[in-house]
Amino acid sequence: MKVSAQEVQYIARLARLEIPEENLELFVRQFNDILGYAGMLGKLDTENVEPTAQVLPYGNVMREDVAGTPLTQEEALANAPERFRGGYLVARVMEGGGA
Amino acid sequence: MSLCNLPAHELGKKLRAKEVSSVELTKEFLNRIAEVEPKIGAFVTLCEQAALETAALVDAKIARGETIAPLAGIPGAIKDILCIKGVKTTCSSRILDNFIAPYDATVIAKLKQNDAVFIGKANMDEFAMGSTTETSYFKKTRNPWAPDCTPGGSSGGSAAGVAAGEAAWSLGSDTGGSIRQPAAFTGTVGLKPTYGRVSRYGCVAFASSLDQVGPIARDVTDCALVLNAISGHCEHDSTSYNLAAPDFTKALHPDIKGVKIGVPKEYFGEGLDKAVEEKVRGAIRHLSELGAEIVDVSLPHTEYAVATYYIIAPAEASANLARFDGVKYGYRAPGCRNLIEMTVKTRTQGFGNEVKRRIMLGTYVLSSGYYDAYYNKAMKVRTLIIEDFKKVFGKVDVLACPTAPTTALPLGAMLDPLSIYMLDVYTIPVNMAGLPGISIPCGFSGGKPVGLQLIGRALDEMSVLRAAYTYEQSAGFHKMAAPIGGASA
Repeated sequence: MKVSAQEVQYIARLARLEIPEENLELFVRQFNDILGYAGMLGKLDTENVEPTAQVLPYGNVMREDVAGTPLTQEEALANAPERFRGGYLVARVMEGGGA
Repeated sequence: MSLCNLPAHELGKKLRAKEVSSVELTKEFLNRIAEVEPKIGAFVTLCEQAALETAALVDAKIARGETIAPLAGIPGAIKDILCIKGVKTTCSSRILDNFIAPYDATVIAKLKQNDAVFIGKANMDEFAMGSTTETSYFKKTRNPWAPDCTPGGSSGGSAAGVAAGEAAWSLGSDTGGSIRQPAAFTGTVGLKPTYGRVSRYGCVAFASSLDQVGPIARDVTDCALVLNAISGHCEHDSTSYNLAAPDFTKALHPDIKGVKIGVPKEYFGEGLDKAVEEKVRGAIRHLSELGAEIVDVSLPHTEYAVATYYIIAPAEASANLARFDGVKYGYRAPGCRNLIEMTVKTRTQGFGNEVKRRIMLGTYVLSSGYYDAYYNKAMKVRTLIIEDFKKVFGKVDVLACPTAPTTALPLGAMLDPLSIYMLDVYTIPVNMAGLPGISIPCGFSGGKPVGLQLIGRALDEMSVLRAAYTYEQSAGFHKMAAPIGGASA
């Protein structure tokens, strides 16, 4: 099953990435090489095999609902690219709306 | 011999005997860094001032006659994936180029309690995605044994820094072999603990079900000392084991009589360099001569491990790296008209190609039409790989095999991602099953180190360390120092 350039661009959009046209052909080839290699798993019969998401013998880990010491507002905002009145400032969510 | 070429435990003895002070020792390492860093490129950030301040505190404790911890006052390098409060944590990515960590990773907090000296943040593949340290946004790190070659990856800076005597010990992280493979390429000792043995809190997440922090050091003793300092339950990481860790130095006695060592036939097949095979088989014979019982075993699903990994790891990475959107921290693309454009441009400009490739692979295999064909299938094959190990560990105590199929490769030699992925063919299954594994030097080929990998049952680092220590003390390769500048070994 080959993935087309159009599909790769679609996946990039889902992942909030852009693949420049000049890199697209190489990206598509590498993408197909890797997926083609992964296709070897199809040889294995896994009908009655349980999937493993993680190896630990734990289920949910619970603790008492006790508040800890969080970062201060200043610490939390210290790495913000832009900030405004104690919050994160971002580009407008919808075009054409107010500021 | 320079102090920079001694293991941490010997430096600790000198500190306690007052033959050298921690400040003198730290300056010695800073001088070595000034001398060799232009040739090696192991660091992305140096912490000279903080290192000297910690060293002075340790010296004051020694002067007051206080007992100091084993790693106190001894300079180590920290992979730049681990948060140190107030220090840049970049993951060698443009997208985190300006990120100052607001808190300490648990392993860092524990090492601070031990008064360890952090001399700098080590270079790595971007977000730990790579096996050569060539995907770093900042620089390429060179192998101290062969400067035209890669030190391996993704913890290449951590391994090269120790091999070049720029740090006495270091921390790396291992998702598919990123501690063990660079240790093999640089003639150092690298230990990936059991998944859950060491907290991942403050270690920037790549693939959460596989990532594990661990030491790279000059010898097995130092690995045990670092593991003692960093392991244990952490309330900030619900995947850390809630049980007390043993004193790993108790495994350090050169005795392997009666220990059953399995040799998996699938790790000696096509793709394994002949010279590497010869050295590893020689090391296994050596273990036999020391009293171990060697048993041929089979791990039949080994050939599927790399394919399984390159579905599961990108799937988890695509979810973990969704947080890099330019809102809360890190790089933000300038001049964007709306939020979506800001996110897309930030991620497109901020991530390198290997990271983009893996995010997209992950997005693809988790998408509704392909989830069963790829991700669910891979999780089932993961179960088969784990069952292989369970069966084999019913018969043997430790497995012995190569760490990597080749010695260090020339920089720029591998342009094709799939070929690079195959460098981790012998380390990936260990992460899949969450087992402990160590790489120790077992000889040289063409002047470049060869690594022997020893794998143990879950939570049985003691057997792994015991076998590694026994071999190391008898074989003696850990005593060889890299000829910085390119002289042959």
